[in-house]
Amino acid sequence: MNASLDWVLPLIPEEIVIVSALAALLVDFALVRREAPAARAAAVGGTACLGCVAAMIWIALRPGGPEAGMLSLSPLTQLLKVVLLGMMLVVAVLSFGARFTRHIGEYFALLLIATAGLMLLISSENLLVIFLALEMLSLPVYVLTAFNKSSAASAEAALKYFLFGSVAAAFTLFGISLLYGLTGGLELGTLAGTIAEKLKTPPLEPVYYVALVMTLAGFAFKVAAAPFHFWAPDVYEGAPAPVACFIASASKVGGFFVFARILMEGFAPFHGSAGWKAFAAGWMPVLAVLAVLSIVIGNVAALVQTRVKRLLAYSAIAHAGYALMAFFGNSRQMLPALGFYVITYALTVLGAFAVVATVENGGGRDKLTDWAGLGRRAPLLSACMFVFMLSLAGVPPLAGFFGKFYLFTAALGGTTRSGVPDLGMLWLVVAAVVASAVSFYYYLQVLKQIYTVEPTEDCQPLCQSWAALLSIALLAGLVIAFGCVPGLLLGKLPLVLKAAIIRF
Amino acid sequence: MLVWTIYISFLGAAGLVLLPRENRRAARILALLTALAGLALALGGAAQYELRATSDTRLDLVNLPWITDLGINYHLAADGISVTLVLLTGIAAVAGVLFSWNVERRTREFFALYFALIGAVYGVFLSFDLFLLFVFYEIAIVPKYFLIAVWGSTRREYGAMKLALYSFAGSALVLVGLIAAYVVSGAQSFDLLVLAKQSFPVAFQHWAFPLVFVGFAVLAGLWPFHTWAPTGHVAAPTAASMLLAGVVMKLGAYGALRVAMLLFPEGVHYWQNWIALLAVIGIVYGGTVALVQRDLKFVIGYSSVSHMGFVLLGLMTLTQIGLSGAVLQMFSHGIIAGLLFAVVGRMIYDRAHTRQLSELEPMNLGVLAPFAAVTFVIAGAASMGLPGFSGFIAELQVLTGAWGVFPRLTILAGVGILVGIAFMVRVWIKTFFGEKQTTAQAAAIHIEPISIPERVGACLLLGTTVLIGLWPGLLLNLITPTLGSPLFQPLWQGGRP
Repeated sequence: MNASLDWVLPLIPEEIVIVSALAALLVDFALVRREAPAARAAAVGGTACLGCVAAMIWIALRPGGPEAGMLSLSPLTQLLKVVLLGMMLVVAVLSFGARFTRHIGEYFALLLIATAGLMLLISSENLLVIFLALEMLSLPVYVLTAFNKSSAASAEAALKYFLFGSVAAAFTLFGISLLYGLTGGLELGTLAGTIAEKLKTPPLEPVYYVALVMTLAGFAFKVAAAPFHFWAPDVYEGAPAPVACFIASASKVGGFFVFARILMEGFAPFHGSAGWKAFAAGWMPVLAVLAVLSIVIGNVAALVQTRVKRLLAYSAIAHAGYALMAFFGNSRQMLPALGFYVITYALTVLGAFAVVATVENGGGRDKLTDWAGLGRRAPLLSACMFVFMLSLAGVPPLAGFFGKFYLFTAALGGTTRSGVPDLGMLWLVVAAVVASAVSFYYYLQVLKQIYTVEPTEDCQPLCQSWAALLSIALLAGLVIAFGCVPGLLLGKLPLVLKAAIIRF
Repeated sequence: MLVWTIYISFLGAAGLVLLPRENRRAARILALLTALAGLALALGGAAQYELRATSDTRLDLVNLPWITDLGINYHLAADGISVTLVLLTGIAAVAGVLFSWNVERRTREFFALYFALIGAVYGVFLSFDLFLLFVFYEIAIVPKYFLIAVWGSTRREYGAMKLALYSFAGSALVLVGLIAAYVVSGAQSFDLLVLAKQSFPVAFQHWAFPLVFVGFAVLAGLWPFHTWAPTGHVAAPTAASMLLAGVVMKLGAYGALRVAMLLFPEGVHYWQNWIALLAVIGIVYGGTVALVQRDLKFVIGYSSVSHMGFVLLGLMTLTQIGLSGAVLQMFSHGIIAGLLFAVVGRMIYDRAHTRQLSELEPMNLGVLAPFAAVTFVIAGAASMGLPGFSGFIAELQVLTGAWGVFPRLTILAGVGILVGIAFMVRVWIKTFFGEKQTTAQAAAIHIEPISIPERVGACLLLGTTVLIGLWPGLLLNLITPTLGSPLFQPLWQGGRP
């Protein structure tokens, strides 16, 4: 009996989420099937929210926990789980008013299962479990993307997402199997040990490079880094808005965290260098290429977009590129910089998509020109969008600015030659800074529509649900607070990171 | 007290947002009160500075740890240069409100953005932590965009976007330079006083200096990065173009001095001649282009480029007299350009509904709007650099400083002054003293009388330029000791020991 409890205890938050997924199905099926859609959504969504809150409370009460086989429960993973559950809550609140489906129970259940997959993903230490958790996250999200059955775009997006995703997953699986063959283990720790041994007697067999690139492809897909980004614009545009929220925020956070974990733990000795004139094979040059491609492609393509969701999708690609820059920092700054950036970015983009979802629920569309005069129709919502757009653009004193600033500082200070900083990553930082100056153009396009263009015909106030508005305002508040006082988040990060850094 | 100039402006902006939408009168009064409070605080702060500044001519206002991970402090302080420019901002803010008394569309939003901009400008002038300075510098960009894009005139969206993108591109260069300086110094601090003590490797200074200097100088209208200035000024509503020319261009020059020059003294010496050349090209080019413009506001816009050239030339002399001339010219141009834009944008354009010189010529505005004519003639005279006005002292100092360093360029700059006289005289004649017309035509044009707020604003600006012209010591007593302070020593010596 005890032996089985050891397995159950560390996983309780995930179990709570799974149980609430089943409960959501049950509530919908047994209790409220004949009610009006709004009431059904409230009842089922309420169940989902309850589950998330219960899991959050459990984590808050038991921060840390024993190592459990293939899972690790550090304060960092627990913090991230709380963040993810919080994002899931916002997505659930936004889904209350959604009118795109009659299958409300299934919708919330799938969302919750994807969340549970995410939670597993960030705490797993074993390549096989990581892969399983990744699939547990991905499969429900493919289905959710297709959930708007009346829209052809939704189906097309899901098909694209599924095809790209399964190919990427196949690559990852291939990489993992190579690694298993080469090192005889799937634990990230053993992997690092074996590679370190091999590196003592260079040259490394080429098959290691193949395994590295194959494994990375899957995660680059998940975070939508170029050239694995082709799915992103279609999915962001076609998926129902709350689902797009989930993909853009929570799934991004999880993807980046596990990306960092694999590279910094599993491939730690095999970093190489991407410094100017100091090139050395390893994962750093691969990431440098991914980063610079994402930044350039994302920002340039976003310039010509005419739809808000596609614009946000390309901006997400660019932001994935910025976030990858954290990997070039030194060990002391890398994780706080990445953590701060990814968390604040996810909050911001969640807010931005929530605004899009609210506008769509209120009968608007996501064409840029349809947003004309929104500042008049929905002042508070527009003010929040103002904050989100400027934060994404990187205007102080919002979180996006400090996030970028910290990333650039970390990346630039990461390379040293005999102990003195040699600014080896200057080329990447210059590319990123120039591209981010370009990016102001398209963020300002959105704000220009909202504030300076006069509304065309109807100037009715947009109808908004107070719950959605409240959560959007809360997100905007967080973006401002983390920007003005980064210590709120940064002060917490080093504490929880301490445990994690020792490993890396 | 100086710190409160920042807070009061942001508080004013917040208060304006909360006002009821339709109450324009309340918005105007609150705006005027905020601007006056800012000016009063600036004057009080200047007095306090005179009394309490330490021997190295600095008055520390706040110094609190802000982001400890990167060694960033919330460090606000003032030296003589900051105080001079804070005073300029205070005066320009009051005048700007007075000249926007007739803004009827979305009044409270207009003034809210206006004070967000003013607050950020105060912040830049008082920041001694470079991260903080950069934060305020960037905050200033967004309100500018909206002020022009919503309330502007000719090609407003194009002008606004061009200005915003130029500003952001400039600050991108600055950002790279700042982070690189932070990393290279290894001092774990963004504090100006700490970084200015580091000796950066000479090779690093050679590329970092132009990066940061040009990044800031984009906003100061450095040729060939000046093209945002005429379009931006022309597109902007009156108050915004007053602020753009009056204080925003000074942000650029101030940043170039405060950050680029103080951090990289060897870099300055290396690039001195080249940047001086660009500055003189700006002086002559701006003046020449202003000579052939058809739109009155474009004339003033290009004249700003020309006058800011003197600031940059003064900075590049690397002599105390040249730098003090540069700072004085910042102040002087801020006042005079503000006045010129006020006359052109508010007194003429809002009444005649045209700025085309060919259309203004037959209107005979000299008779119809005598107050505007007198103001414009005096402001023009000040802009030419006639003795008795602040511009004279400033340009004299700049040229004196430059003569010893680059005599040939100085002669060219002198030619630039002559061109400045020429375009101003041309505009005088065309706008106010055109050919006489028949009375029937004159009666057909209705020019409403110049209102009280406009008269007060014009007198405030005119009074300031005459006061400084007759008694330059008021500001020079602030500027000169600061230039002699230890912070500036490496600049004169061409590097740190």
